[in-house]
Amino acid sequence: MSKEMSELQKQSTQAAMETERTRNRKVYVPKVDIYETKEAIILIADMPGVDEQSVDVVLDKNVLTISGRAEPLSFKDYSIAYSEYDVGDYQRAFTISDEVDREKIEATVKNGVLRLTLHKAEQVKAKKIVIKAA
Amino acid sequence: MFGPTMWRFGRVTDPFREMQRLQSEMNRLFSTVDSQIGHEYPPINVWSGEQDAIVTAEIPGMEPSTFDISVIGDTLTINGNMEPESLKEGESYHRQERSYGRFSRVLQLPFHVNADKVEAKYEKGILRISLPRADEDKPKKVVIQAE
Repeated sequence: MSKEMSELQKQSTQAAMETERTRNRKVYVPKVDIYETKEAIILIADMPGVDEQSVDVVLDKNVLTISGRAEPLSFKDYSIAYSEYDVGDYQRAFTISDEVDREKIEATVKNGVLRLTLHKAEQVKAKKIVIKAA
Repeated sequence: MFGPTMWRFGRVTDPFREMQRLQSEMNRLFSTVDSQIGHEYPPINVWSGEQDAIVTAEIPGMEPSTFDISVIGDTLTINGNMEPESLKEGESYHRQERSYGRFSRVLQLPFHVNADKVEAKYEKGILRISLPRADEDKPKKVVIQAE
């Protein structure tokens, strides 16, 4: 029993506190489409204001984190008259299954859209088994 | 089957952590709702200068050539069509949150626009249109004549 209790205590201290960001910016959750093909899982994220230099994709264990930094536009001698959207950073994380080949993840950014191609590992690709005539 | 290990303390979900998870999940949910409901697409910002205005719009994923932008008098119209991904047979969506289809926004400006000098740029998924004020619409200074 005492062993189990210490296990419990260990676990709760391990639980990471919600961390705070150092940048004082709003953080948005990018909208994503995820679809699966035979060879890969494709993730598309809308991140307007982000280019290839300001986006980060990190795969740590089975957590895929995408983050981007968008700089707010400002025009000299202009003042904002009407506003419907705000500019901030983007962040979102997904857990991905082991079937993804970690070495073969492709990422491109075009027109404010991040596109990730997560290739499936060789062993999980469906193989058709040929049945031989007896 | 229901051995003692099932009911060990460590296996029971920590209610505090569960609450935190729930809260962050709610925030995530509503942050998408906020940007989708009650707003027209695309969202725009308007900047006003002395003689002109700049309109910016967040429209990620468009082909620059597919925009249809027109100015008549003091009215700016932005039309476009966001093409959906074409999925082949046997491919399926896990999630589909991004919006696609036709969109149209009409914006009335506080002045008449010199339509010949309107410039539009599309960078990083942000459309930027600069709208100079028409000469005939510019304020004219009235000189008070001395008697």
